Amino acid sequence: MATPEPLGADRVFGVDAQTTPIPLGFEALSPEEALAEGGEAGGGGGLGIQILRVFVENKLAVVGLFVIVFMILFCFIGPLVYHTNQTNQQALLQSANSALNAPPGPGRPLGTDGTGFDILGRLMYGGQTSLIVGFASAAVAAIVGVIYGAVSGFFGGWLDSVFMRIVDVFLSIPVIFLLISLVTIFQHTSTTLLIIVIAFVSWLIPARLIRGETLSLRTREYVQAVRVAGGSRKRIVGRHIIPNAIGTIVVFATFQVADSILLLAALGYLGFGVPSPQTDWGTMLSNGANAAPNGWWWQIYPAGLCIVLVVVAFNFVGDALRDSLEVRLQRR
Amino acid sequence: MYGFLLRRLFQAVIVVVGVVLIVFLLSQIIPGGECKAVLGPKATISNCVRFNRLNGFNAPVIVQFGHYLKGLIWPIWHPDLGYSYKFNEGVTQVIAQRLPKTLVLVGTATVLSLLIAVPLGILQVVRRNRPSDYSLTGLSFVLYAMPPFLLGTLLIIWFGFDLKWLPVSPPTTASAWAVFTDPSAFVLPVITLSAVTVASFSRYMRSSMMDALTEDYIRTARAKGASQRRVLYGHALRNALIPILTLIGLSLPAIVSGAVITETVFNYPGMGQLTVYAAGNNDVPLVLGTTLVATVATVVGSLVADVLYAVADPRIRFGTL
Repeated sequence: MATPEPLGADRVFGVDAQTTPIPLGFEALSPEEALAEGGEAGGGGGLGIQILRVFVENKLAVVGLFVIVFMILFCFIGPLVYHTNQTNQQALLQSANSALNAPPGPGRPLGTDGTGFDILGRLMYGGQTSLIVGFASAAVAAIVGVIYGAVSGFFGGWLDSVFMRIVDVFLSIPVIFLLISLVTIFQHTSTTLLIIVIAFVSWLIPARLIRGETLSLRTREYVQAVRVAGGSRKRIVGRHIIPNAIGTIVVFATFQVADSILLLAALGYLGFGVPSPQTDWGTMLSNGANAAPNGWWWQIYPAGLCIVLVVVAFNFVGDALRDSLEVRLQRR
Repeated sequence: MYGFLLRRLFQAVIVVVGVVLIVFLLSQIIPGGECKAVLGPKATISNCVRFNRLNGFNAPVIVQFGHYLKGLIWPIWHPDLGYSYKFNEGVTQVIAQRLPKTLVLVGTATVLSLLIAVPLGILQVVRRNRPSDYSLTGLSFVLYAMPPFLLGTLLIIWFGFDLKWLPVSPPTTASAWAVFTDPSAFVLPVITLSAVTVASFSRYMRSSMMDALTEDYIRTARAKGASQRRVLYGHALRNALIPILTLIGLSLPAIVSGAVITETVFNYPGMGQLTVYAAGNNDVPLVLGTTLVATVATVVGSLVADVLYAVADPRIRFGTL
């Protein structure tokens, strides 16, 4: 039986399936091969084709991808088609058609909220913040975590111990407490601050993942070959180690977008989202929940549904990516 | 076993020291200093100078850290975590009133999750690849994807306002044991906090049990002629439960995070709600104090789980690992 060692680096990832790209144990491949979209000649089609085929076979992932594309279009193209005033409350209150907490009806398919903003338009507007923060913080977390993990794993020794103890310490702080502390200290929340803060609590997992991968990669023959050929350590990490861990990184980043959107929603719910008149889905849900006794369902369900849909969609896609990137293992 | 426990204890001590250092550093990087956070962004320079002198914030950072450490560890039964400007009371006293309630909530939810998740996982293994297995997997996936703030809100709407079965907020009395005198008010918060944990624990239990069933000793047991029941509960379950103990320890930070949100949703007067309130009022010392206490509690909880793990696993108990 696989008995885990408590607090061993690998164990941690088995727990939280959402942020848990399972270390894939990739064999050495050049970055071109790993990223290839078209294929090179090989048994049963090119690698890229194979990856694509496994991905498409997974129906849930295709649905997930469809939902993500739909949501991006909905949030960023939607406002161009469905015009609503989402920023100027004063103008809103003076317009003849305005109403607070109006139920869905003609001209407002999902009703209005407590300040008179149209909910459908607000879902698009708030969704922009949620998606931008989700993607941006996942990207920042992945980049920082990858560099940190690769450096730690490659150099090893005392540097590795110190680097990993730092990760241990940050990971032992319950994430919401860390987020709230950071938001409180910097006081004025903004989209940029939220991206940084969420990335700050999210780079720890990729750092551990990539460190583990680096430890196995750095003993490979081709890395030793580069070393013998006189390649600098910077070059080995940047050109050989990180590109070979790209599969793990992509899978992590996909799951992390979902997690970041959830973290932002949680912050928004607790009242630390973007300041009004900007909004995000969590803040919308929080405002709706405050009015829960009134039975204004249109202020709660649409925002909640958006959050769950996007989060589940990213998880489906992440699962499928993990499976399809293992094609490279199946081919052997 | 003692070697394992010592290593684990040493690890926990390092983490606690690291967290203390981080919390102190966080208090140092407030833009404009603690003065602006307390007196407001428009505080004059002279007021700030006076504030800093009175509170010792003009001393070198290392000296301040020394004071901070000394306050924390001496006397140990009454650590000084700073002063809450919002409550006009020591942070330690404010937290002391709230901590037991959070412990009760987190403890109840964790125990309940285990009591539900372990049988669920076993059921799924016994009926694996049948409709009940698939539907339970589906259900746990839904629960897993449901953020606690959304689940809590929906439970309040459905069972509190629509059906009027259960009260929507718990009693606000001072004693932590009040939750047991009025358990109905405690139902919804516990369900909210347990849902995600039940989902992840049962999934883990299912795969842990499946793993155990592929082991050689299971084949040996079957070859001896042991009944299916004996194989499942006498051999597979006992081994599958051991990793779950570690899982509890590893899940604690997430459960404590969930408690913050659950407490806010239900207005449950615990430490999480206190933190959110303090953050909303820019009470930095209180926020950092609750962060430190929550983290230390989490680390201690994980340590306890690992000690149980060492006791439960004969390979560690007899020192082969």
